[in-house]
Amino acid sequence: MTCTEFLAMLDDMIDDSVTTGMRADLEEHLHGCEHCEVTLNTTRKTIQIYRSHEIYEMPPGLRERLHLAIMARCKKGC
Amino acid sequence: MATIQSIAGENEQHPDVALVERVRNGDVSAFDTLVRKYERQIFRIAQHITQNREDAEDVMQDAFLKAYEKLDQFQGNSKFYTWLVRIAVNESLMRLRRRRTGKMVSIDEDVETEEGSVPRDLADWAPDPEQNYTQTELHRILEKTIKGLPPGFKVVFELRDVQGLSTEDTAEALGLSIPAVKSRLLRARLQLRERLTRYFRKKNSPAAVGTADLGVEK
Repeated sequence: MTCTEFLAMLDDMIDDSVTTGMRADLEEHLHGCEHCEVTLNTTRKTIQIYRSHEIYEMPPGLRERLHLAIMARCKKGC
Repeated sequence: MATIQSIAGENEQHPDVALVERVRNGDVSAFDTLVRKYERQIFRIAQHITQNREDAEDVMQDAFLKAYEKLDQFQGNSKFYTWLVRIAVNESLMRLRRRRTGKMVSIDEDVETEEGSVPRDLADWAPDPEQNYTQTELHRILEKTIKGLPPGFKVVFELRDVQGLSTEDTAEALGLSIPAVKSRLLRARLQLRERLTRYFRKKNSPAAVGTADLGVEK
């Protein structure tokens, strides 16, 4: 397996949606290719970091504003 | 972070469907429950697309109001959240077009970029690299890094990887084909990885790209 072929399967590897046979091929490539191993590990870490740190937090007061807008809309007939 | 859609069997009713039914029968508090459940996610999607806090606030409000008004049009065969995302994405794009004085902005625009299709910076990361930054610095890094991606990439990454939607639900919510979602996701992941390497590389790794410019001194 070449690095390009490995890269084409990177998402499937990360999402754990590869067949057992394909996983064995991918792992065999990983054992001999430091670059692909780094790419896989750091891509996994990228996802994990974004998942565990919530950027763009909702400003306080926005929920209340929305609630009032919905209630106002409701008074017009809901 | 918990994923959005709980896994329900084919014959099992999604809890949102029951909430929608209650709203349709005049129970506004059920809509409040839906708002509380999805407000943060909708706000983030709006912020990713508009890149403007005020616009994102307005989009969130308009999207929920529109969903409330058009609830009769919601078909039970699609998931409430994917339907809501679609409304929010359209509202965000409209807002963006207005800001860009009518210039077409589309989520399904396929941006061909050299960057990110092949990893170039192959430096390994430090163990637990986020520990080297304060929370505020880390937030700035993550925000700055994702900001540079095309809107379609950011939203696909947000829905698939941060919110945990399936490829199929992401495609439905964004009106994209499944191969288009997959292609954007791979490129988004690789571009983010490449850009984060600037900040997270091991100390003795050679710099393959320009020095990180964040005003974050390390």
